[in-house]
Amino acid sequence: MKYYDESEVIAWQCEKCHQPLAMGPVSVEYLGNRFDIRLPKCEKCGLILVPEDLALGKMAEVEQILEDK
Amino acid sequence: MDQKTLTEWESKCIQEEPPECMAACPIHIDVRTFLHYVKSGQWDDAYKIIRKTMPVPGILGRICDAPCQARCKRSEVGEAIEIGEIERACMQMELPLPRSLPMPKKDKHIAVIGSSISGLTVAWDLSRKGYRVTILEPGHQAGGSLLGMDPKKLPPQILSEEIKKLEQFGVTITINAHIEKKYFPDSVLDSFDAIYLSMESLPGKILLSESKTGEQIQIMPQYQVTNIEGLFAGGHSDKSRYSPVWQAAEGRWAATSIDRYVHQTSPAAGREKEGPYKTRLYTRIDGIVSLPAVPVSNPDTGYSEMEAIAEASRCLQCECKECVKVCPFLKKYNAYPKKYVREIHNNATVVIGAHKSNKLINSCSLCGLCEQVCPENFAMQDLCIQARQDMVSERYMPPSAHEFALQDMEFSQSSKFSLARHAPGQLESRYCFYPGCQLSASSPVHVHEVYNYLRSSLSGGIGLMLDCCSAPAYWGGYSDLMKNKMSELKSKWVELGKPCLILACSSCYFIFKKYMPEIEIITLWEIIEKNNNHLPLKHFQHEALAIHDPCTTRHEGTVQDSVRNILNSYGIQIEELELGRKKTTCCGFGGLMNNVNPDVAREVIKQRADESVLDYITYCTMCRDSLASTGKRAIHLLDLFFPGKESVDPAKRPCPGWSDRRENRARLKSDLLRKLWRENSETMEAHEKLNIIMAPDVQNKIEERRILVTDIQQVIYHAIESGEKFFQPATSCYKASFRPHQTTFWVEYSQKEDNFIIHNAYAHRMAVVTEGGSQ
Repeated sequence: MKYYDESEVIAWQCEKCHQPLAMGPVSVEYLGNRFDIRLPKCEKCGLILVPEDLALGKMAEVEQILEDK
Repeated sequence: MDQKTLTEWESKCIQEEPPECMAACPIHIDVRTFLHYVKSGQWDDAYKIIRKTMPVPGILGRICDAPCQARCKRSEVGEAIEIGEIERACMQMELPLPRSLPMPKKDKHIAVIGSSISGLTVAWDLSRKGYRVTILEPGHQAGGSLLGMDPKKLPPQILSEEIKKLEQFGVTITINAHIEKKYFPDSVLDSFDAIYLSMESLPGKILLSESKTGEQIQIMPQYQVTNIEGLFAGGHSDKSRYSPVWQAAEGRWAATSIDRYVHQTSPAAGREKEGPYKTRLYTRIDGIVSLPAVPVSNPDTGYSEMEAIAEASRCLQCECKECVKVCPFLKKYNAYPKKYVREIHNNATVVIGAHKSNKLINSCSLCGLCEQVCPENFAMQDLCIQARQDMVSERYMPPSAHEFALQDMEFSQSSKFSLARHAPGQLESRYCFYPGCQLSASSPVHVHEVYNYLRSSLSGGIGLMLDCCSAPAYWGGYSDLMKNKMSELKSKWVELGKPCLILACSSCYFIFKKYMPEIEIITLWEIIEKNNNHLPLKHFQHEALAIHDPCTTRHEGTVQDSVRNILNSYGIQIEELELGRKKTTCCGFGGLMNNVNPDVAREVIKQRADESVLDYITYCTMCRDSLASTGKRAIHLLDLFFPGKESVDPAKRPCPGWSDRRENRARLKSDLLRKLWRENSETMEAHEKLNIIMAPDVQNKIEERRILVTDIQQVIYHAIESGEKFFQPATSCYKASFRPHQTTFWVEYSQKEDNFIIHNAYAHRMAVVTEGGSQ
């Protein structure tokens, strides 16, 4: 299931390395809970992009659930 | 909250108390629900309600004398609802019988002597409990005194059909039963486990008076137990008039006593609410249009279906909900305090699963209006503040709930804003002006002007304190934080020589009065009132103004009076709102409501703004700004004397955003230092020097998302310094992020010379874990 529009992500590139972004494994953490997900990142330096739809959608939802746990 | 406290809280809310009709009914028919179904034409459901409680409904439903009507609230605004007639109409509808499951049969046999309404009730109730019941009717036809009823109300055919239904249910009916008076009741008790004597008809009375010569048989009312073991009696109504429902009630109580007698259980336990009782339910009838009863067009047949529906539609559907009616927050969660108490209790005691009511608890504005309008003074604010304090101390307060507000408080208490000084050139202060954080944030010009005014009109030295009273920490339930901050504040006050603080914010007034009682305080309004007419009126208001009292002045009649006295002395006409003074409403800012639940906060202030068509006047900056945020024309009391630039209508001043509020505070401090103390204090951090440009829609978006300009500046500054950013060739836009504390901010921007044009910004609290730390 996709929580954001990937075409939006494809349009960005790493400014430092002039590299396109590719999906890669990333860990996210909140209130001591850690999750392994896949996010777009720079193939060279590993700079990670969190798309808006993900931040305001699924991520916010999980944050809320964890806060009320 | 322990179980006892929970029960005490729950019992304070009377919404679940029964309505008058149900409490008045000797057998407690749920009349309100019945009428609700009739009103919407749901006759099947209406019938089910009657049948659930009423014995032999086909008979009693037609002849009930409806003592409930004497206590109907409708009678206070028109005539009582014709409940008896509506019941009769329902019984005439020929509705299908609801399925009822027979109980397992019991090996006990009960005799019912006489077949009037109380006897039939005993037979009805006990046969449903699985007893073998035999009705011994001395007459040659079952029905007893019911046979003498008006045949238009109770046609003989219906009576015999209803009695037949009892037989179908397993009740045996013996007519022409001969009972030897001389040997009564022993002769009957030989064959039965208990006897019920139906007293409405003559045989019962004869048996009772003539049996067992010499012995006076007594009946204990409400239990219908006699002084002879195994003998129960009732239906002999002492009332001056004939009352079928009272007789049925006596039959019901006798059936309960018989059941307990046979099972040898406590005869009296838990029977306090049998028969009519007082109810605590309150129903306000103000504003309800008086309506007469719908006339019965044909008395012989009673109400037609449509007449009955029309009559049922007059029912007020009594309920209290006084607090829910005035509070959008209480309305939002679709219940009432009794339910909320339980939810809040469960939220605290949940072991596995989510704390589902965190948001409910954090959404209350703590304004205390519920307590004022509640007939029992239920104080939702006390419940919520206690729950919040527990959530903080037990460490399950959601971190995001109040973080933004607490950061704002921290800003006010930091060196960027806070200041405590004697007036320039003075070494002591009799008074000290304490404008509060939000007046400074929203309208710094008022702080400048008022400070000048105070210094020119009071003697003894007038110091100045810019700070925050810690109200946000109080509202959020952060007691320790509040204590620490208050003690810092007190030290500053002691250093100034313990001056009397002149307060311009009612929330500050509330906090100081309640939590720092050693500090002498007075409101700015009382000072202005005492120096009457020294202040020239500069904003002329010709139309009357509706006055909105801040909710934190609810119990401060003197403060409210001062404001009114000022307005009167300047000849300004005021209109009192219906919910004013002790019953004033919150603006949605109190209790950090707008921080936690902006939707409800918007409803709260919208509701307030719609109460009058006049412009509003208030004496709390946040109230004024909240009103202004709805588009309502509203002025602050200080606008009358210090309206600012002539070109700007103070009633139309927009509600400033959160970034402006910070900038205004920082600038106020540096301006005051420069103008009054000749000090230069500009201490801008590097990122604050970045020039940010935003279109109004982007500004609104970041305001809603609680992202400050300083957050955006930090992201861009970090992107420039580290080079870590993304680029989109098609749009020439950059995207970068920065995580100063617990939140990661993302900004999409483009650069034009020295200006940064912001296209979008968003944030998340979840941290992306990288090898070097969190991103």
